[in-house]
Amino acid sequence: MREEPLVRWDWIGRNWPSIQSLLEDHVVMSLVPIVVGLLVALPLGLACVRWRGIYQPTMSLMNVTYSLPSLAVFVMLIPVTGLATRATVIVPLVFYSLAVLIPAVVDGLGSVPDHVRQSAVAMGFTPLRRLLLVELPIAVPVVLAGLRVAAVSSISLVSVGALVGRGGLGYLFIDGWQRQFYTPIIVGVVLVVLLAAIADALLVLAQRLLTPWSRARGTA
Amino acid sequence: MITFDEVTKRYADGTVAVDRLTLEAPTGEITVFVGPSGCGKTTSLRMINRMIDPSEGRVLLDGVDVTTIDPPTLRRGIGYVIQQAGLFPHRKIVDNVATVPYLLGWDKKKARDRAMELLERVGLDLKLAGRYPFQLSGGQQQRVGVARALAADPPVLLMDEPFSAVDPVVRTSLQEELLRLQAELNKTIVFVTHDIDEAVKLGDRVAVLRVGGHLAQLDDPATLLSRPADDFVREFLGRDRGIRRLSFVSGHEVGLRADLTVPVSTETAGLRDTAEPWLAVLDEDGRPLGWARTDDLPASGTLAGVPLAPYGTFDRGRDSLRAALDATLLSPSGCAIAVDDAGRAEGVVTREALSEALDRVAGGAHA
Amino acid sequence: MNWLVDFFGDPANWSGPDGIPVRLTEHLQFSTVALLLAMLVALPLGLWIGHTGRGALLVVLSANAARALPTLGLLVLVVLLAGLSTDLPVLIPLVALAVPPILVNTYEGVRGVDPDLRDAAYGMGLRGGQVLGRVLVPVALPLILLGLRLAAIQVVATATVAAFVGLGGLGRYVVDGFATNDYPRTLGGAVLVALLALLVQLVFVLIQRLLVSPGVRRRNAVR
Repeated sequence: MREEPLVRWDWIGRNWPSIQSLLEDHVVMSLVPIVVGLLVALPLGLACVRWRGIYQPTMSLMNVTYSLPSLAVFVMLIPVTGLATRATVIVPLVFYSLAVLIPAVVDGLGSVPDHVRQSAVAMGFTPLRRLLLVELPIAVPVVLAGLRVAAVSSISLVSVGALVGRGGLGYLFIDGWQRQFYTPIIVGVVLVVLLAAIADALLVLAQRLLTPWSRARGTA
Repeated sequence: MITFDEVTKRYADGTVAVDRLTLEAPTGEITVFVGPSGCGKTTSLRMINRMIDPSEGRVLLDGVDVTTIDPPTLRRGIGYVIQQAGLFPHRKIVDNVATVPYLLGWDKKKARDRAMELLERVGLDLKLAGRYPFQLSGGQQQRVGVARALAADPPVLLMDEPFSAVDPVVRTSLQEELLRLQAELNKTIVFVTHDIDEAVKLGDRVAVLRVGGHLAQLDDPATLLSRPADDFVREFLGRDRGIRRLSFVSGHEVGLRADLTVPVSTETAGLRDTAEPWLAVLDEDGRPLGWARTDDLPASGTLAGVPLAPYGTFDRGRDSLRAALDATLLSPSGCAIAVDDAGRAEGVVTREALSEALDRVAGGAHA
Repeated sequence: MNWLVDFFGDPANWSGPDGIPVRLTEHLQFSTVALLLAMLVALPLGLWIGHTGRGALLVVLSANAARALPTLGLLVLVVLLAGLSTDLPVLIPLVALAVPPILVNTYEGVRGVDPDLRDAAYGMGLRGGQVLGRVLVPVALPLILLGLRLAAIQVVATATVAAFVGLGGLGRYVVDGFATNDYPRTLGGAVLVALLALLVQLVFVLIQRLLVSPGVRRRNAVR
């Protein structure tokens, strides 16, 4: 066996355009579930706070969904969303995001101290204004903490999609495996982790800007 | 007996929590550590069961330096009650109470029987034994905490603000429960509180500590109230110190006037000319019925038809002058009726008599 | 639905080295070994860090790393580096990905126990080990079990993906079906894996009911 360097930089240079397009695909497939997830989780979370009774059933359903292995769900979706389409990967990831984001929204709204809510009522806020101007801003740190978890998981999970033909940077793992060639695998792992780190950092930054009065609660 | 011998606690950052504390907590008595926050009262307490070890000096338990005893062994012989009760949420009430007996290796049946006995003793419904702590109110949890501390019948009980987190009504009943228990059990109790009322109510001896861990005064409550050692103690005792002092003066100290009571069968005609504005009306057995205003008495007939004003009584044999003072406030006459065990009136206490008794007892000390 | 009938209806899929019983057993064996190894590492470490408060940064870092690392990439890389001679190299990423959920939730569970409770336990004369075993662990148990459940589900999922690098188990159907354009086979494997995951979830719910005292309140897991 000849000595092969772990990373062959010339390969990266030659294949940069295709790596770049995989990266773009990866970003789209991981970003959409987070955005859609947040848009769905906010009203659902509010509903769970308003009608306490639906929270437990919703969460049980979410927990079951969350426990399904991603590869299995991708495969089962193929007849509906098609082989090697973005949708096959995006749809399950939306549900995984919801499983993290709905409790985050509920906990976030639950983190509003009762005396703050009461004084907002006493000062004559209408329910909608109270929600938008008082409760949601206070809930932001907890919701964003959930969003960080959802974003990082989502970015990492997209690559499993490569096994059903559409996994963004995950394609590099398949390619590297089939050719027994380290460079694409390492490039893939590094880019995925880098992407996750950037998304995480951006969300931390967003929190600092959105809630200058508080600092991130809990990094886990 | 618990002895603090020149005990100092200094933390790594240089703060001194307790400064050369020397005092004794006598066997079978309640010694209260009271003071503002930061006075080192809890630190001092926790040095007794080695939750904290002193930097200098010694804490002795019946003459033995506690630092020579292995902490878990020491602690199993000392009951410990804390503010939030600290009950184990995953264990039923009965098993919470039996914690130390289990640790000491009692068999399960014996430990549980003992736990049930104690639950009853602290005034809890035995139906609660099978419940979990979250199903109990704060006051009930605190009673369980006391029962748990007593489970292995330790001679010493340490109580760290045990009643601070419950509402005033419940607190009062817990305090009375503790005094009742102590009358039966005669434990050596060290009790920490920031509440001076609680301190003088419960303590046989009260140690007032000031910020920085200095002992300002150690005395029985009556002496503490009548002769505060310095301005700090006086300030801490507060402005109503004088009224609190009355609690420690026996009802026998006050003089009675027998001439202010009249039987209900008395004719009004002879009473209208008395100089006294109010008379206490008694029934055939000598029990008080109420106060009659002499100016309003009709010209003829007996007192039976006369409207009477409300009255307050106190038991001279049992109550303190504090109760007498309270009783005077209940009546428009401004006087209290002293009664015996059977509720029969022995005489009337006027405000003048009260203040005269107080002067005499205080022995000239300025209030 | 026809696809499922094709797969599950074929008697050939129920016997032999590529039959469902064998594949299921392989999957279970591999997942159990990985989970046990992960528990062996993560439980004592999580308890110790939660009890002493030392090393909390390690917990946070491991949790973040486990979320960010792509499973497939890690599997491919480790197996390629270590060679394919045995199944052992596959265990490395499997265990590595199962450790963080156990570690974080055990740590959070123990750390989150009310300090008054600790104080009362020590004050009554429990020794360090007794405080941990009789108070901290029972009170932290809901979260510890949730961590184990997340790890178990993670392992089952990763073991499926690991079929791509040659591991046996139910993932074989998914991967082989793809390679031979046999969608019924792929789908059948996916359904089996999903059912297994649900079963694991159910088992943990039962364990939770059995082991956790009714007096202990539930808390949210750290995903």
